[in-house]
Amino acid sequence: MYKLILCWRYLQTRYIALASVISVTLGVATLIVVNSVMSGFTHEMQYRIHGILSDLVFDGHGLEGFSDSRWHMERIQKIIGDDIEAMTPTVHVPAMLNYRVGQRWVHRQVNFIGIDTKTYAQVSDCANYLQHPKNRIEPSFQLREGGYDLHDRELEEESPYRHGMEMAGWQHRRRLATEEKAWLAAQKKNTPELKVPEQVGRADPFSGIDTPLRAAESEEGVVQEWGPLSKSQVYDKATQQETGVIIGYALAQVLGHEGDHYFLVLPGDDVKLTFPTAGTPPKAVSGSFTVVDFYQSKMSEYDSAFVFAPIEKLQEMRGMIDPSTGIANVNSIQIKLREGADLEAARDKLRGAFPPEIYAISTWRDKQGPLLAAVQMETAILNILLFLIIAVAGFGILAIFFMIVVEKTKDIGILKSLGASGGGVMAIFLSYGLLLGSVGSGAGLVLGLLFVRNIDSVRKGVEWISGQPVFDPSIYYFQQIPTLVDPQMIVWVIAGAMAIAVVASVLPALRAARLHPVEALRYE
Amino acid sequence: MSSSTSHVTDDATTCSTDTPNTNPAPESSSEILRTWNANENSFRDSFFQIAARSLHKNYHKGSNEIPVLRGVDIEIKEGEFLAIVGQSGCGKSTLLHLLGTLDRPDEGEIYLADNRIDNLSAGARDRLRNETFGLIFQFYHLLPELNALGNVLLPLMIRHGFFGYLRQRRVFRKRAKELLEKVQLSHRLKHKPRELSGGEMQRTAIARALINQPKVLLADEPTGNLDRAAGQEIIGILRNLNTSENLTIVMVTHDENIARQADRTVRLVEGQIE
Repeated sequence: MYKLILCWRYLQTRYIALASVISVTLGVATLIVVNSVMSGFTHEMQYRIHGILSDLVFDGHGLEGFSDSRWHMERIQKIIGDDIEAMTPTVHVPAMLNYRVGQRWVHRQVNFIGIDTKTYAQVSDCANYLQHPKNRIEPSFQLREGGYDLHDRELEEESPYRHGMEMAGWQHRRRLATEEKAWLAAQKKNTPELKVPEQVGRADPFSGIDTPLRAAESEEGVVQEWGPLSKSQVYDKATQQETGVIIGYALAQVLGHEGDHYFLVLPGDDVKLTFPTAGTPPKAVSGSFTVVDFYQSKMSEYDSAFVFAPIEKLQEMRGMIDPSTGIANVNSIQIKLREGADLEAARDKLRGAFPPEIYAISTWRDKQGPLLAAVQMETAILNILLFLIIAVAGFGILAIFFMIVVEKTKDIGILKSLGASGGGVMAIFLSYGLLLGSVGSGAGLVLGLLFVRNIDSVRKGVEWISGQPVFDPSIYYFQQIPTLVDPQMIVWVIAGAMAIAVVASVLPALRAARLHPVEALRYE
Repeated sequence: MSSSTSHVTDDATTCSTDTPNTNPAPESSSEILRTWNANENSFRDSFFQIAARSLHKNYHKGSNEIPVLRGVDIEIKEGEFLAIVGQSGCGKSTLLHLLGTLDRPDEGEIYLADNRIDNLSAGARDRLRNETFGLIFQFYHLLPELNALGNVLLPLMIRHGFFGYLRQRRVFRKRAKELLEKVQLSHRLKHKPRELSGGEMQRTAIARALINQPKVLLADEPTGNLDRAAGQEIIGILRNLNTSENLTIVMVTHDENIARQADRTVRLVEGQIE
């Protein structure tokens, strides 16, 4: 009883000891913040990566891919059928996205992915990242009339306004068509001798390139050139669209001076894509596509690289369809497993069944393994460093406790003269250490959680003070700093900090316990 | 037990230098003790409650050994008010510390009611200090963090475990308040030691020493730091405790006037009883 009362009194009267605990507080707070941000980062990243990548990816080596996805899918079904929820074939190809801004052409290197809209949505969450509400429910490569999101769907009004998005869709396309016609008419009037093709825009370097459909009909079966549109096909931009593509948000978006979003390309605009054919050697082919939606996963790596198109179109254009059988090649099969299925086991089964020199089979974690491992290692190293900081705080506690024991020598003598045992005196200082540790780590817990909760306000504050962006979404993956507070982590951090505080108080407590009562009483 | 008997009889003749009151003569007491010791505990206890034989104690200063006590023999009867006087540095406080098990003698033996206590384990000595001895010091030695009531309750808190104390908290507080009332401090219960006068602090210390109903009260210069009036008040309280409750009191003092109020005075000169 006296132990508790005394260590409580010491806590109330010895502010210097509280000072020694500030470092524990800061250490605990930092640990909680770092771990929360790190695990938030990891979690968010995994979530987003997983939103794009399916559980298992069944790749063929090379650009040509492997033939007959149906046969492969049946075999896969036979091997790990119980675990499979959905499968979809895809075609991946590096490509160049070209679009015109004013009089200038902009080229972007992209990852062009041919998907089957119906089944692809089953294996990944990519539909969630589309910017038209209807597309999120049922993704489609048909341009919508309008109604694209004017703000980030998750952040609503807080996020920057998207200028131009209110016009996006068919309305934008019709306006473009009208403008183009008017411009053509003006050109004709000014220079009647100039022959400008009706269908294509002003000084278009891609003019003369046909829609790929026509090229695929060429006799050789391999696409090599793209002739002009035949006179019989009348293409009216105001009512017709090219093959739809969904492009990454970051490919089109630029920042305005107040942080608002402006767009170089809007849904409704036509873009050109240049990519290699499947033949050997690969040849570059180009095609005209209409942007029908944006894809925003908020992982800038993906948002600035992904372009989705219908798989059939890509197979046609790349010459992946065997003209004799009509069976198309694919690059990869995406497999979604049932919840709770063992990812690694399924992968290993497939690896056993398919020769590795033809197929690469990996889980989504394997695909992003180095990145996730790097984050994990950073977390581990930071944890060690921060615990060292708390350990340093432990030495502070040690020193201050020694001081307090010396200061309290007489009181220790009094207690012993009244019959308190050495163990009892030791318990006073040990529980004092524990109390200080819990006060320190409790304050640290509150501080850390408050910090985590208001991390974006803190970030803004720091940015305002330092005038430099602290968290640049274009470098990191997210618009906001993601956090995830793991209760287990908190328990460990607090237990660690308390243990250090107690261990630091062991030596002074031992000294106090060993004090000779007579000498302690005589101490002045 | 036999050793203790022998020592008491051996030293009985040398024990008391002056006997101002009507204690039985040393010879007869040892005679009686020898006769009754074997089977009559209560009787034996009424004699020589504390007995020490040839106590030696040295202090170490660097490599030098400074002898403080050089063979002190002393016997204290139950209900006796004994004053130990001597010049400062003669070892009287050391003697009191040895009797109160605060320290161990280098040589010699100490008996409490015929049980040897100087060689007991640390835990047993802690318990003795807590339950059997009440200690009072020159500098009061109250804990500055606790108020008067808390200081008085401290030995009870030490004696009883957490839950034991909590269970009997009310009884204990009542007892502490009664004791403080007895030393006329009922108006100072919530005062911290620094808010009390010297006399009040010493009276608090007396209340603290009495809270566990000790058998022996050991007072180390209880008036040494007080003015005459306050000192007299303290002695009055001790005197009163001795007569009304038959409490054995051993008091160390350098003040002859104070010592004179005890039943018996022992003079310590250069580590030996004169």
